[in-house]
Amino acid sequence: MKLHAALVAGLVLCVAGPALAQGGPIAARQALMKANGRDAKAGGDMLKGAVPFDAGNAQAILANMADVARKFGTHFPKGSNTGDTEAAPAIWEKPADWQAALTKFQKDTAAAVAMKPATAADFGKAFGMVTANCKSCHEGFRIKKG
Amino acid sequence: MRRIAAILGAGLLAAAGLGWFLSAPQPLPAGRIAAAPGDAARGARIFWVGGCASCHAAKGAKGDDRLKLGGGAPLETALGTFQAPNISPGPDGIGGWSLADFANAMQRGISPDGRHYYPAFPYASYARMQPADIADLWAFMRTLPPVAGQPAEGRIGFPWNIRRGIGLWKRAFLSDAPVVALPADASPAARAGQYLVEGPGHCGECHTPRTLSGLGGLDRGRWLAGAAAAEGEGKVPGIAPGRLKWTAAEIADYLETGFTPDYDSVGGTMVAVQANMAMLPDADRAAIAAYLKAVPAQP
Repeated sequence: MKLHAALVAGLVLCVAGPALAQGGPIAARQALMKANGRDAKAGGDMLKGAVPFDAGNAQAILANMADVARKFGTHFPKGSNTGDTEAAPAIWEKPADWQAALTKFQKDTAAAVAMKPATAADFGKAFGMVTANCKSCHEGFRIKKG
Repeated sequence: MRRIAAILGAGLLAAAGLGWFLSAPQPLPAGRIAAAPGDAARGARIFWVGGCASCHAAKGAKGDDRLKLGGGAPLETALGTFQAPNISPGPDGIGGWSLADFANAMQRGISPDGRHYYPAFPYASYARMQPADIADLWAFMRTLPPVAGQPAEGRIGFPWNIRRGIGLWKRAFLSDAPVVALPADASPAARAGQYLVEGPGHCGECHTPRTLSGLGGLDRGRWLAGAAAAEGEGKVPGIAPGRLKWTAAEIADYLETGFTPDYDSVGGTMVAVQANMAMLPDADRAAIAAYLKAVPAQP
């Protein structure tokens, strides 16, 4: 078990480490969204039947997303709006709207975790509620540059 | 001396007259307006393909609020601010229009009082639509709720605020001919998709760069190669083969769900477009995807 945890920690360091080592809020928030995307893909693959449904994995995905939702908003300090970032100026120009979007993401992910979905159908509901946040937030707060 | 002045004067007058003549509105011939009445149920599909709500409904409108076409958010561009007007079927909108008025607005960019619309209204794509689809759309629009009021006018700087000049732009860039020649063995789905993408869907208006440093028409040599966004500093991605690596099934899935194969999500102004695409039958999304796989690749 300890070995397992160490392996996971090592893996996280390998993936997130380079980003965090360069430092700065831009790298940190990008690493969080990358992790979020991997979890979303894992959840989507289960719902599409590309991989078999597993309640433990499903709940872990939701827990990871709730964790991202708690941390994500802390990585947008003033001055981190320029550079290699797709964060939209609206994040700093409309802080109340931004905060509302972050709060909704936290609320929805926490509610999804609390549902403890045990079937694919229930997971689909929780996952749909969480991933609706992706579009609504990216509509106003992300600018595609690539 | 007086003679030279007279010749110069006459030349200037002739040039002005020619400019006036060339920039005149060119309404549709009567035969390009459907004679049979449109069908509102069929028109709903055209409404969602056409994306009317994205500019004419309130910003961020969801659900049935997308059917309230009172004006919408202004389009802030380098040329100035364009404002989509009230096109609801009430007295403040287009309630007093005829089908011919509507068809001329949609396909020739002309208002009922004979003024040119700015091509921010994508009539240069709608020009390729079938008259029957225009009539069906018109029938559907007549069923929508009237909205009161008119948004504030847009603000466009000189010389682009001289609308008559748009007539010259139309002479150069307005055409109802297909954009690309599909391969002879292109599937029926790809051909159906060509109509949806090049006509009502007007995808190229944002996904294709324009000639004349952005002032001209769509650059057919770089069709769907991606372009700078009209608003802000972002980029609209290329969606021709070579730029977009997804399979046809993945493209159709994205248009339905808003998620890329990697589970990144739709963003920016494409969020409203994808919400429209999600309203279509599966076959239409599959057709759009088939067309996007069949157009010339962009390096």
